[in-house]
Amino acid sequence: MPEIRNMTMNFGPQHPAAHGVLRLVLEMDGEVIERADPHIGLLHRGTEKLAESKPYNQSIGYMDRLDYVSMMCNEHAYVLAIERLSGVTPPVRARYIRVMFDEITRILNHLMWLGAHGLDIGAMTVFLYCFREREDLMDCYEAVSGTRMHATYYRPGGVYRDLPADMPQYRVTSNRSDREVARLNENRQGSLLDFIESFTERFPACVDEYETLLTDNRIWKQRTVGIGVVAPDRAVELGFTGPMLRGSGVEWDLRKKQPYEVYDKLNFAIPVGVNGDCYDRYLVRIEEMRQSNAIVKQCVDWLRNNPGPVIIDDHKLTPPAREAMKDDMESLIHHFKLFTEGYCVPEGEVYAAVEHPKGEFGIYLVSDGANKPYRLKIRAPGFVHLSAMNEMVKGHMLADVVAVIGTQDIVFGEVDR
Amino acid sequence: MQKIKDYFQSLLLWELLKGLRLTGRYLFKRKITVQYPEEKTPQSYRFRGLHALRRYPNGEERCIACKLCEAVCPAVAITIESEERDDGTRRTTRYDIDLTKCIFCGFCEESCPVDSIVETRIYEYHGEKRGDLLMTKQKLLEVGDMAEDQIAEDRAREAMYR
Repeated sequence: MPEIRNMTMNFGPQHPAAHGVLRLVLEMDGEVIERADPHIGLLHRGTEKLAESKPYNQSIGYMDRLDYVSMMCNEHAYVLAIERLSGVTPPVRARYIRVMFDEITRILNHLMWLGAHGLDIGAMTVFLYCFREREDLMDCYEAVSGTRMHATYYRPGGVYRDLPADMPQYRVTSNRSDREVARLNENRQGSLLDFIESFTERFPACVDEYETLLTDNRIWKQRTVGIGVVAPDRAVELGFTGPMLRGSGVEWDLRKKQPYEVYDKLNFAIPVGVNGDCYDRYLVRIEEMRQSNAIVKQCVDWLRNNPGPVIIDDHKLTPPAREAMKDDMESLIHHFKLFTEGYCVPEGEVYAAVEHPKGEFGIYLVSDGANKPYRLKIRAPGFVHLSAMNEMVKGHMLADVVAVIGTQDIVFGEVDR
Repeated sequence: MQKIKDYFQSLLLWELLKGLRLTGRYLFKRKITVQYPEEKTPQSYRFRGLHALRRYPNGEERCIACKLCEAVCPAVAITIESEERDDGTRRTTRYDIDLTKCIFCGFCEESCPVDSIVETRIYEYHGEKRGDLLMTKQKLLEVGDMAEDQIAEDRAREAMYR
Protein backbone atom coordinates (compact mmCIF):
# COMPACT_ATOMS: atom_id res chain seq x y z
CA MET A 1 0.00 0.00 0.00
CA PRO A 2 1.43 3.41 -0.93
CA GLU A 3 2.31 5.75 1.88
CA ILE A 4 -0.08 8.67 2.39
CA ARG A 5 1.83 11.93 2.34
CA ASN A 6 0.93 15.56 2.57
CA MET A 7 0.81 17.37 -0.69
CA THR A 8 2.92 20.47 -1.16
CA MET A 9 1.31 23.08 -3.30
CA ASN A 10 2.47 26.37 -4.72
CA PHE A 11 0.08 29.28 -4.42
CA GLY A 12 1.17 32.19 -6.58
CA PRO A 13 3.14 34.22 -7.51
CA GLN A 14 0.93 34.35 -10.58
CA HIS A 15 -2.32 33.61 -8.75
CA PRO A 16 -4.64 36.60 -9.16
CA ALA A 17 -5.65 36.42 -5.50
CA ALA A 18 -2.02 36.52 -4.38
CA HIS A 19 -2.19 40.33 -4.53
CA GLY A 20 0.86 40.83 -6.60
CA VAL A 21 3.80 38.58 -6.06
CA LEU A 22 3.15 36.43 -3.02
CA ARG A 23 4.36 32.89 -3.30
CA LEU A 24 2.90 30.61 -0.68
CA VAL A 25 4.12 27.07 -0.31
CA LEU A 26 1.24 25.18 1.21
CA GLU A 27 1.45 21.81 2.83
CA MET A 28 -1.94 20.26 2.41
CA ASP A 29 -3.69 17.39 4.02
CA GLY A 30 -6.46 16.90 1.52
CA GLU A 31 -8.00 20.32 1.32
CA VAL A 32 -6.89 21.39 4.77
CA ILE A 33 -3.79 23.53 5.22
CA GLU A 34 -1.15 22.02 7.47
CA ARG A 35 1.46 24.71 7.00
CA ALA A 36 1.75 27.86 4.94
CA ASP A 37 5.16 29.20 4.10
CA PRO A 38 5.20 32.63 2.47
CA HIS A 39 8.12 33.26 0.14
CA ILE A 40 8.73 36.94 -0.31
CA GLY A 41 11.25 39.12 -2.04
CA LEU A 42 9.97 39.01 -5.60
CA LEU A 43 9.36 42.75 -5.56
CA HIS A 44 12.50 43.70 -3.67
CA ARG A 45 13.89 46.96 -4.98
CA GLY A 46 16.29 47.87 -2.23
CA THR A 47 14.54 51.07 -1.21
CA GLU A 48 16.34 51.22 2.13
CA LYS A 49 19.75 50.94 0.53
CA LEU A 50 18.77 53.26 -2.29
CA ALA A 51 17.86 55.96 0.22
CA GLU A 52 21.38 55.83 1.65
CA SER A 53 22.81 57.01 -1.65
CA LYS A 54 20.62 60.04 -2.27
CA PRO A 55 20.03 63.40 -0.62
CA TYR A 56 17.02 63.28 1.69
CA ASN A 57 14.47 64.90 -0.60
CA GLN A 58 15.18 62.62 -3.51
CA SER A 59 13.84 59.58 -1.66
CA ILE A 60 10.37 61.04 -1.14
CA GLY A 61 9.26 59.71 -4.50
CA TYR A 62 10.47 56.24 -3.62
CA MET A 63 8.35 56.22 -0.46
CA ASP A 64 5.23 56.46 -2.64
CA ARG A 65 6.24 53.26 -4.27
CA LEU A 66 6.49 51.25 -1.06
CA ASP A 67 2.86 50.69 -0.34
CA TYR A 68 1.56 51.78 -3.70
CA VAL A 69 -2.08 51.98 -2.64
CA SER A 70 -1.51 54.41 0.21
CA MET A 71 1.10 56.67 -1.25
CA MET A 72 0.96 59.86 0.76
CA CYS A 73 0.93 58.07 4.13
CA ASN A 74 4.31 56.54 3.34
CA GLU A 75 5.69 59.94 2.43
CA HIS A 76 4.26 61.26 5.65
CA ALA A 77 6.27 58.91 7.86
CA TYR A 78 9.43 59.76 5.94
CA VAL A 79 9.09 63.53 6.10
CA LEU A 80 8.01 63.27 9.73
CA ALA A 81 11.25 61.46 10.55
CA ILE A 82 13.33 64.15 8.83
CA GLU A 83 11.36 66.92 10.52
CA ARG A 84 11.76 65.39 13.98
CA LEU A 85 15.47 65.01 13.51
CA SER A 86 15.96 68.53 12.17
CA GLY A 87 13.57 69.94 14.75
CA VAL A 88 11.28 71.82 12.42
CA THR A 89 7.52 72.14 12.66
CA PRO A 90 5.53 72.72 9.49
CA PRO A 91 2.88 75.46 9.37
CA VAL A 92 -0.56 74.49 10.71
CA ARG A 93 -2.14 74.66 7.27
CA ALA A 94 0.39 72.18 5.94
CA ARG A 95 -0.39 69.87 8.84
CA TYR A 96 -4.10 70.02 8.08
CA ILE A 97 -3.46 69.37 4.39
CA ARG A 98 -1.36 66.37 5.33
CA VAL A 99 -4.00 64.99 7.65
CA MET A 100 -6.66 65.52 5.03
CA PHE A 101 -4.67 63.69 2.40
CA ASP A 102 -3.72 60.95 4.87
CA GLU A 103 -7.40 60.31 5.41
CA ILE A 104 -8.17 60.51 1.70
CA THR A 105 -5.42 57.96 1.29
CA ARG A 106 -6.99 55.79 3.96
CA ILE A 107 -10.27 55.80 2.09
CA LEU A 108 -8.41 55.09 -1.16
CA ASN A 109 -6.64 52.16 0.45
CA HIS A 110 -9.72 50.71 2.10
CA LEU A 111 -11.71 51.04 -1.13
CA MET A 112 -9.00 49.19 -2.98
CA TRP A 113 -8.92 46.59 -0.22
CA LEU A 114 -12.68 46.16 -0.15
CA GLY A 115 -12.89 45.82 -3.91
CA ALA A 116 -10.05 43.35 -4.18
CA HIS A 117 -11.11 41.37 -1.12
CA GLY A 118 -14.64 41.14 -2.47
CA LEU A 119 -13.40 40.08 -5.85
CA ASP A 120 -11.21 37.38 -4.31
CA ILE A 121 -14.13 35.91 -2.41
CA GLY A 122 -16.52 36.20 -5.32
CA ALA A 123 -18.28 39.55 -5.06
CA MET A 124 -17.70 41.24 -8.39
CA THR A 125 -20.03 44.21 -8.16
CA VAL A 126 -18.59 45.88 -5.10
CA PHE A 127 -15.23 46.09 -6.87
CA LEU A 128 -16.74 48.22 -9.60
CA TYR A 129 -18.51 50.48 -7.13
CA CYS A 130 -15.33 50.95 -5.09
CA PHE A 131 -13.36 51.96 -8.12
CA ARG A 132 -16.00 54.49 -9.05
CA GLU A 133 -15.35 56.33 -5.78
CA ARG A 134 -11.61 55.84 -6.02
CA GLU A 135 -11.67 57.73 -9.28
CA ASP A 136 -12.82 60.91 -7.53
CA LEU A 137 -10.13 60.59 -4.89
CA MET A 138 -7.52 59.97 -7.55
CA ASP A 139 -8.67 63.23 -9.12
CA CYS A 140 -7.96 64.95 -5.80
CA TYR A 141 -4.47 63.48 -5.84
CA GLU A 142 -3.98 64.65 -9.39
CA ALA A 143 -5.33 68.12 -8.77
CA VAL A 144 -2.99 68.69 -5.88
CA SER A 145 0.19 66.95 -6.98
CA GLY A 146 -0.05 66.33 -10.72
CA THR A 147 -0.10 62.55 -10.56
CA ARG A 148 -2.85 60.15 -9.73
CA MET A 149 -0.73 57.87 -7.59
CA HIS A 150 2.92 58.65 -6.96
CA ALA A 151 2.40 62.12 -5.66
CA THR A 152 5.77 63.25 -4.23
CA TYR A 153 3.74 65.96 -2.54
CA TYR A 154 4.87 66.09 1.09
CA ARG A 155 8.15 67.81 1.85
CA PRO A 156 10.08 68.16 5.08
CA GLY A 157 8.69 71.43 6.41
CA GLY A 158 5.28 71.25 4.78
CA VAL A 159 3.85 70.33 1.43
CA TYR A 160 5.01 71.33 -2.04
CA ARG A 161 2.13 73.53 -3.17
CA ASP A 162 -1.11 74.89 -1.81
CA LEU A 163 -4.44 73.37 -2.84
CA PRO A 164 -5.56 74.57 -6.28
CA ALA A 165 -8.38 77.07 -6.49
CA ASP A 166 -10.11 75.30 -9.35
CA MET A 167 -10.76 71.78 -10.52
CA PRO A 168 -10.20 70.51 -14.05
CA GLN A 169 -13.45 69.79 -15.85
CA TYR A 170 -14.85 67.37 -18.37
CA ARG A 171 -14.82 68.68 -21.92
CA VAL A 172 -17.70 68.55 -24.36
CA THR A 173 -17.32 65.79 -26.93
CA SER A 174 -19.50 64.30 -29.61
CA ASN A 175 -20.34 61.44 -27.24
CA ARG A 176 -22.17 63.50 -24.67
CA SER A 177 -24.55 66.37 -24.87
CA ASP A 178 -23.72 69.72 -23.29
CA ARG A 179 -26.26 69.03 -20.58
CA GLU A 180 -24.68 65.75 -19.63
CA VAL A 181 -21.22 67.32 -19.48
CA ALA A 182 -22.61 70.11 -17.32
CA ARG A 183 -24.02 67.46 -14.99
CA LEU A 184 -20.65 65.70 -14.79
CA ASN A 185 -18.98 69.01 -14.02
CA GLU A 186 -21.47 69.99 -11.35
CA ASN A 187 -19.13 69.35 -8.41
CA ARG A 188 -16.08 70.64 -10.27
CA GLN A 189 -17.17 74.27 -10.42
CA GLY A 190 -15.39 75.42 -7.30
CA SER A 191 -12.02 74.73 -5.73
CA LEU A 192 -10.50 71.40 -4.81
CA LEU A 193 -11.90 71.86 -1.31
CA ASP A 194 -15.42 72.19 -2.72
CA PHE A 195 -14.85 69.04 -4.72
CA ILE A 196 -13.64 67.13 -1.66
CA GLU A 197 -16.56 68.43 0.36
CA SER A 198 -19.04 67.24 -2.22
CA PHE A 199 -17.32 63.88 -2.06
CA THR A 200 -17.59 63.68 1.72
CA GLU A 201 -21.29 64.42 1.46
CA ARG A 202 -21.81 61.71 -1.12
CA PHE A 203 -19.52 59.07 0.31
CA PRO A 204 -21.49 57.77 3.36
CA ALA A 205 -24.32 56.73 1.00
CA CYS A 206 -21.74 54.86 -1.10
CA VAL A 207 -20.49 53.00 1.98
CA ASP A 208 -24.11 52.09 2.70
CA GLU A 209 -24.26 50.58 -0.77
CA TYR A 210 -21.21 48.42 -0.15
CA GLU A 211 -22.73 47.32 3.11
CA THR A 212 -26.03 46.46 1.43
CA LEU A 213 -24.11 44.20 -0.90
CA LEU A 214 -21.86 42.57 1.69
CA THR A 215 -22.60 42.99 5.38
CA ASP A 216 -25.66 40.75 5.63
CA ASN A 217 -24.92 38.70 2.55
CA ARG A 218 -24.88 35.00 3.46
CA ILE A 219 -22.15 34.12 0.99
CA TRP A 220 -19.92 36.90 2.32
CA LYS A 221 -20.55 35.76 5.88
CA GLN A 222 -19.87 32.14 5.07
CA ARG A 223 -16.55 33.11 3.59
CA THR A 224 -15.43 35.47 6.37
CA VAL A 225 -17.06 34.69 9.73
CA GLY A 226 -14.79 32.56 11.88
CA ILE A 227 -11.95 32.60 9.34
CA GLY A 228 -8.47 33.59 10.45
CA VAL A 229 -9.37 34.24 14.07
CA VAL A 230 -6.65 35.97 16.08
CA ALA A 231 -7.08 36.40 19.82
CA PRO A 232 -6.35 39.91 21.17
CA ASP A 233 -3.32 38.81 23.21
CA ARG A 234 -1.92 36.87 20.31
CA ALA A 235 -2.47 39.80 17.94
CA VAL A 236 -0.40 42.02 20.24
CA GLU A 237 2.28 39.34 20.56
CA LEU A 238 2.50 38.99 16.80
CA GLY A 239 3.05 42.71 16.44
CA PHE A 240 -0.18 43.40 14.61
CA THR A 241 -1.18 47.01 14.11
CA GLY A 242 -3.97 48.85 12.38
CA PRO A 243 -7.26 47.19 11.48
CA MET A 244 -5.69 43.75 11.98
CA LEU A 245 -5.18 44.56 15.67
CA ARG A 246 -8.38 46.53 16.10
CA GLY A 247 -10.35 43.72 14.48
CA SER A 248 -9.27 41.55 17.41
CA GLY A 249 -10.68 44.09 19.85
CA VAL A 250 -7.54 45.93 20.93
CA GLU A 251 -8.14 49.65 20.87
CA TRP A 252 -4.86 50.89 19.51
CA ASP A 253 -4.49 53.70 17.04
CA LEU A 254 -1.46 55.95 16.77
CA ARG A 255 -3.70 58.83 15.79
CA LYS A 256 -5.20 58.69 19.30
CA LYS A 257 -2.42 57.14 21.35
CA GLN A 258 0.50 59.16 20.02
CA PRO A 259 -1.17 62.03 18.15
CA TYR A 260 0.96 63.52 15.42
CA GLU A 261 0.16 66.54 13.24
CA VAL A 262 -3.29 67.82 14.20
CA TYR A 263 -5.10 64.60 15.05
CA ASP A 264 -5.56 65.72 18.65
CA LYS A 265 -7.71 68.61 17.43
CA LEU A 266 -9.98 66.43 15.36
CA ASN A 267 -13.01 64.50 16.39
CA PHE A 268 -13.17 60.86 15.44
CA ALA A 269 -13.60 57.41 16.93
CA ILE A 270 -11.64 54.19 16.68
CA PRO A 271 -13.76 51.21 15.70
CA VAL A 272 -12.80 47.86 17.24
CA GLY A 273 -13.95 44.35 16.49
CA VAL A 274 -14.98 41.59 18.87
CA ASN A 275 -14.16 38.18 17.43
CA GLY A 276 -10.97 38.93 15.51
CA ASP A 277 -12.07 37.11 12.38
CA CYS A 278 -12.12 38.29 8.77
CA TYR A 279 -15.67 39.56 9.13
CA ASP A 280 -14.83 41.78 12.09
CA ARG A 281 -11.85 43.22 10.30
CA TYR A 282 -14.14 43.95 7.38
CA LEU A 283 -16.53 45.80 9.68
CA VAL A 284 -13.66 47.72 11.27
CA ARG A 285 -12.38 48.91 7.91
CA ILE A 286 -15.84 49.89 6.75
CA GLU A 287 -16.30 51.99 9.87
CA GLU A 288 -12.83 53.46 9.43
CA MET A 289 -13.87 54.71 6.02
CA ARG A 290 -16.79 56.53 7.62
CA GLN A 291 -14.56 57.98 10.32
CA SER A 292 -11.95 59.08 7.77
CA ASN A 293 -14.70 60.73 5.80
CA ALA A 294 -15.66 62.70 8.91
CA ILE A 295 -12.03 63.73 9.46
CA VAL A 296 -11.70 64.89 5.86
CA LYS A 297 -14.83 66.98 6.33
CA GLN A 298 -13.41 68.64 9.45
CA CYS A 299 -10.14 69.38 7.64
CA VAL A 300 -12.00 70.89 4.70
CA ASP A 301 -13.89 73.21 7.02
CA TRP A 302 -10.70 74.31 8.73
CA LEU A 303 -8.70 74.74 5.55
CA ARG A 304 -11.41 76.83 3.95
CA ASN A 305 -11.25 79.40 6.75
CA ASN A 306 -7.52 79.48 7.38
CA PRO A 307 -5.34 80.44 4.45
CA GLY A 308 -1.64 80.70 5.06
CA PRO A 309 1.74 79.29 4.17
CA VAL A 310 2.00 75.58 3.47
CA ILE A 311 5.75 75.22 3.86
CA ILE A 312 8.23 76.75 6.26
CA ASP A 313 10.20 79.77 5.19
CA ASP A 314 13.62 78.36 6.02
CA HIS A 315 15.64 78.25 2.84
CA LYS A 316 18.23 75.97 4.34
CA LEU A 317 15.55 73.26 4.16
CA THR A 318 13.00 74.33 1.58
CA PRO A 319 13.61 76.09 -1.72
CA PRO A 320 12.62 79.75 -2.02
CA ALA A 321 9.65 80.82 -4.13
CA ARG A 322 10.36 80.84 -7.84
CA GLU A 323 9.86 84.55 -8.15
CA ALA A 324 12.37 85.24 -5.40
CA MET A 325 14.77 82.75 -6.93
CA LYS A 326 14.75 84.66 -10.22
CA ASP A 327 15.07 88.08 -8.60
CA ASP A 328 17.59 87.75 -5.93
CA MET A 329 21.05 86.25 -5.78
CA GLU A 330 20.79 84.84 -2.27
CA SER A 331 17.63 82.93 -3.14
CA LEU A 332 19.23 81.62 -6.30
CA ILE A 333 22.17 80.33 -4.32
CA HIS A 334 19.82 78.65 -1.86
CA HIS A 335 17.97 77.14 -4.79
CA PHE A 336 21.15 75.74 -6.31
CA LYS A 337 22.45 74.49 -2.99
CA LEU A 338 19.20 72.72 -2.17
CA PHE A 339 18.82 71.02 -5.52
CA THR A 340 22.39 69.83 -5.75
CA GLU A 341 23.63 69.19 -2.24
CA GLY A 342 20.30 69.11 -0.43
CA TYR A 343 20.37 69.81 3.28
CA CYS A 344 22.17 68.20 6.16
CA VAL A 345 20.23 66.63 8.97
CA PRO A 346 21.78 66.80 12.46
CA GLU A 347 23.46 63.70 13.76
CA GLY A 348 21.17 61.36 15.64
CA GLU A 349 18.50 58.78 15.22
CA VAL A 350 14.74 58.95 15.21
CA TYR A 351 11.75 56.71 14.77
CA ALA A 352 8.67 58.28 13.25
CA ALA A 353 5.52 56.26 12.82
CA VAL A 354 2.17 57.11 11.35
CA GLU A 355 -1.11 55.28 11.45
CA HIS A 356 -1.01 54.03 7.92
CA PRO A 357 -4.21 52.48 6.49
CA LYS A 358 -2.63 49.06 7.04
CA GLY A 359 -1.17 49.64 10.47
CA GLU A 360 1.86 51.29 11.97
CA PHE A 361 4.17 52.44 9.22
CA GLY A 362 7.43 53.62 10.68
CA ILE A 363 10.67 55.08 9.43
CA TYR A 364 13.76 54.60 11.57
CA LEU A 365 16.33 57.09 10.45
CA VAL A 366 19.96 57.30 11.48
CA SER A 367 21.83 60.38 10.42
CA ASP A 368 25.55 60.99 10.68
CA GLY A 369 25.12 64.66 9.91
CA ALA A 370 25.47 64.29 6.17
CA ASN A 371 23.02 65.21 3.43
CA LYS A 372 21.85 61.64 3.02
CA PRO A 373 20.64 59.10 5.56
CA TYR A 374 23.26 56.90 7.17
CA ARG A 375 20.66 54.18 7.52
CA LEU A 376 16.97 54.04 6.82
CA LYS A 377 14.80 51.25 8.15
CA ILE A 378 11.24 50.88 7.02
CA ARG A 379 8.79 49.26 9.41
CA ALA A 380 6.12 47.93 7.09
CA PRO A 381 2.89 46.70 8.70
CA GLY A 382 2.26 44.24 5.88
CA PHE A 383 5.48 42.38 6.62
CA VAL A 384 4.45 41.71 10.21
CA HIS A 385 0.97 40.64 9.19
CA LEU A 386 2.29 38.31 6.54
CA SER A 387 4.53 36.61 9.10
CA ALA A 388 1.37 35.50 10.88
CA MET A 389 0.04 33.89 7.73
CA ASN A 390 0.94 30.36 8.86
CA GLU A 391 -0.85 30.79 12.16
CA MET A 392 -3.92 32.32 10.60
CA VAL A 393 -4.53 29.75 7.89
CA LYS A 394 -3.54 26.58 9.75
CA GLY A 395 -6.46 24.18 9.80
CA HIS A 396 -8.48 26.16 7.28
CA MET A 397 -9.45 25.11 3.78
CA LEU A 398 -7.50 26.11 0.70
CA ALA A 399 -10.16 28.62 -0.35
CA ASP A 400 -9.82 30.38 3.00
CA VAL A 401 -6.20 31.25 2.24
CA VAL A 402 -7.57 33.74 -0.26
CA ALA A 403 -9.83 35.27 2.37
CA VAL A 404 -6.93 35.57 4.82
CA ILE A 405 -4.62 37.18 2.25
CA GLY A 406 -7.41 39.59 1.50
CA THR A 407 -8.10 40.43 5.12
CA GLN A 408 -4.42 41.03 5.85
CA ASP A 409 -4.46 43.71 3.17
CA ILE A 410 -0.88 43.08 2.19
CA VAL A 411 0.82 44.99 -0.58
CA PHE A 412 4.13 43.68 -1.77
CA GLY A 413 5.67 47.04 -2.43
CA GLU A 414 6.08 47.48 1.31
CA VAL A 415 6.60 43.85 2.30
CA ASP A 416 9.52 43.40 -0.08
CA ARG A 417 10.52 47.08 -0.13
CA MET B 1 -40.80 37.46 17.33
CA GLN B 2 -37.43 38.65 16.06
CA LYS B 3 -36.40 35.04 15.65
CA ILE B 4 -39.35 34.26 13.41
CA LYS B 5 -38.68 37.40 11.40
CA ASP B 6 -35.02 36.46 10.98
CA TYR B 7 -36.00 32.95 9.99
CA PHE B 8 -38.30 34.12 7.22
CA GLN B 9 -35.91 36.79 6.02
CA SER B 10 -33.25 34.15 5.78
CA LEU B 11 -35.55 31.68 4.06
CA LEU B 12 -36.72 34.23 1.51
CA LEU B 13 -33.13 35.31 0.64
CA TRP B 14 -34.03 38.78 1.84
CA GLU B 15 -30.49 40.20 1.98
CA LEU B 16 -29.65 38.82 -1.43
CA LEU B 17 -32.76 40.44 -2.87
CA LYS B 18 -31.77 43.73 -1.28
CA GLY B 19 -28.39 43.49 -2.99
CA LEU B 20 -30.05 42.61 -6.26
CA ARG B 21 -32.33 45.60 -5.94
CA LEU B 22 -29.27 47.83 -5.59
CA THR B 23 -27.48 46.42 -8.61
CA GLY B 24 -30.77 46.40 -10.51
CA ARG B 25 -31.19 50.10 -9.91
CA TYR B 26 -27.75 50.73 -11.33
CA LEU B 27 -28.65 48.70 -14.39
CA PHE B 28 -31.15 51.37 -15.36
CA LYS B 29 -29.21 54.37 -14.12
CA ARG B 30 -27.29 56.71 -16.37
CA LYS B 31 -23.87 55.25 -17.10
CA ILE B 32 -20.78 56.97 -15.84
CA THR B 33 -18.34 55.15 -18.10
CA VAL B 34 -16.03 57.52 -19.95
CA GLN B 35 -15.64 56.37 -23.55
CA TYR B 36 -11.90 56.71 -24.08
CA PRO B 37 -10.45 57.84 -26.49
CA GLU B 38 -13.46 59.83 -27.69
CA GLU B 39 -13.85 61.33 -24.24
CA LYS B 40 -11.26 61.75 -21.56
CA THR B 41 -11.35 62.30 -17.84
CA PRO B 42 -10.45 65.78 -16.64
CA GLN B 43 -6.75 66.39 -16.38
CA SER B 44 -5.13 68.60 -13.80
CA TYR B 45 -2.98 71.47 -15.03
CA ARG B 46 -0.36 70.24 -12.60
CA PHE B 47 -0.20 66.94 -14.49
CA ARG B 48 3.27 65.45 -14.84
CA GLY B 49 3.59 63.61 -18.11
CA LEU B 50 6.03 63.53 -21.01
CA HIS B 51 8.98 65.87 -20.69
CA ALA B 52 9.70 68.79 -22.97
CA LEU B 53 12.39 71.41 -23.42
CA ARG B 54 11.08 74.91 -23.98
CA ARG B 55 12.29 77.85 -26.02
CA TYR B 56 12.04 81.58 -25.49
CA PRO B 57 9.55 83.37 -27.75
CA ASN B 58 12.42 84.39 -30.05
CA GLY B 59 13.22 80.75 -30.74
CA GLU B 60 16.29 80.52 -28.54
CA GLU B 61 16.37 77.42 -26.37
CA ARG B 62 16.03 78.14 -22.68
CA CYS B 63 18.36 75.50 -21.31
CA ILE B 64 21.68 76.89 -20.12
CA ALA B 65 23.15 73.53 -19.13
CA CYS B 66 23.32 74.30 -15.41
CA LYS B 67 22.75 70.59 -14.82
CA LEU B 68 20.55 71.09 -11.78
CA CYS B 69 18.02 68.64 -13.18
CA GLU B 70 20.76 66.11 -13.74
CA ALA B 71 21.87 66.52 -10.14
CA VAL B 72 18.43 66.34 -8.60
CA CYS B 73 17.05 63.46 -10.66
CA PRO B 74 16.48 60.60 -8.15
CA ALA B 75 16.49 57.98 -10.89
CA VAL B 76 19.57 59.36 -12.66
CA ALA B 77 17.57 59.45 -15.88
CA ILE B 78 19.03 62.70 -17.24
CA THR B 79 22.37 63.00 -19.01
CA ILE B 80 23.71 66.37 -20.07
CA GLU B 81 26.82 67.43 -21.92
CA SER B 82 27.56 71.04 -22.60
CA GLU B 83 29.84 73.28 -24.58
CA GLU B 84 30.34 76.97 -25.17
CA ARG B 85 28.61 78.02 -28.35
CA ASP B 86 30.19 80.33 -30.94
CA ASP B 87 28.36 83.36 -29.54
CA GLY B 88 29.87 82.69 -26.11
CA THR B 89 26.74 81.28 -24.46
CA ARG B 90 26.65 78.02 -22.59
CA ARG B 91 24.40 75.40 -24.21
CA THR B 92 23.83 71.70 -24.09
CA THR B 93 25.23 69.50 -26.80
CA ARG B 94 23.44 66.51 -25.38
CA TYR B 95 20.31 66.35 -23.26
CA ASP B 96 18.93 62.84 -22.83
CA ILE B 97 16.09 61.70 -20.64
CA ASP B 98 15.63 57.97 -20.35
CA LEU B 99 11.88 57.63 -19.93
CA THR B 100 12.23 54.02 -18.88
CA LYS B 101 14.21 55.17 -15.85
CA CYS B 102 12.21 58.31 -15.09
CA ILE B 103 9.87 58.12 -12.10
CA PHE B 104 7.97 61.32 -13.00
CA CYS B 105 8.56 62.98 -9.65
CA GLY B 106 8.73 66.43 -11.19
CA PHE B 107 11.96 67.44 -9.46
CA CYS B 108 13.62 68.40 -12.76
CA GLU B 109 10.93 70.93 -13.46
CA GLU B 110 11.03 72.14 -9.87
CA SER B 111 14.77 72.66 -10.03
CA CYS B 112 15.04 74.32 -13.44
CA PRO B 113 15.96 77.98 -12.87
CA VAL B 114 14.97 79.03 -16.41
CA ASP B 115 11.75 76.97 -16.76
CA SER B 116 13.31 75.00 -19.57
CA ILE B 117 12.66 71.37 -18.71
CA VAL B 118 8.98 70.84 -17.99
CA GLU B 119 6.63 67.94 -17.64
CA THR B 120 3.75 68.37 -20.04
CA ARG B 121 0.25 66.98 -19.93
CA ILE B 122 1.02 64.49 -22.69
CA TYR B 123 0.57 60.95 -21.46
CA GLU B 124 -0.38 59.05 -24.59
CA TYR B 125 2.99 58.13 -26.04
CA HIS B 126 4.67 54.88 -26.74
CA GLY B 127 7.82 53.35 -28.12
CA GLU B 128 7.94 50.66 -30.76
CA LYS B 129 11.60 49.84 -30.80
CA ARG B 130 14.51 50.17 -28.47
CA GLY B 131 15.57 53.76 -28.09
CA ASP B 132 12.15 55.21 -28.78
CA LEU B 133 11.74 56.06 -25.12
CA LEU B 134 15.16 57.65 -24.86
CA MET B 135 14.29 61.29 -25.32
CA THR B 136 17.11 63.17 -26.98
CA LYS B 137 17.46 66.93 -26.99
CA GLN B 138 15.96 67.06 -30.48
CA LYS B 139 12.88 65.07 -29.49
CA LEU B 140 12.40 67.06 -26.28
CA LEU B 141 12.56 70.37 -28.14
CA GLU B 142 10.03 69.05 -30.66
CA VAL B 143 7.62 68.14 -27.87
CA GLY B 144 8.18 71.61 -26.43
CA ASP B 145 7.46 73.33 -29.73
CA MET B 146 4.34 71.25 -30.24
CA ALA B 147 2.86 71.80 -26.79
CA GLU B 148 4.19 75.28 -25.99
CA ASP B 149 0.75 76.94 -25.78
CA GLN B 150 -0.53 74.44 -23.26
CA ILE B 151 2.74 74.47 -21.30
CA ALA B 152 2.77 78.27 -21.05
CA GLU B 153 -0.88 78.37 -20.03
CA ASP B 154 -0.39 75.78 -17.29
CA ARG B 155 2.74 77.48 -15.91
CA ALA B 156 0.96 80.82 -15.83
CA ARG B 157 -1.91 79.33 -13.81
CA GLU B 158 0.54 77.59 -11.51
CA ALA B 159 2.82 80.61 -10.98
CA MET B 160 1.06 81.79 -7.82
CA TYR B 161 1.52 78.43 -6.08
CA ARG B 162 5.20 77.85 -6.74
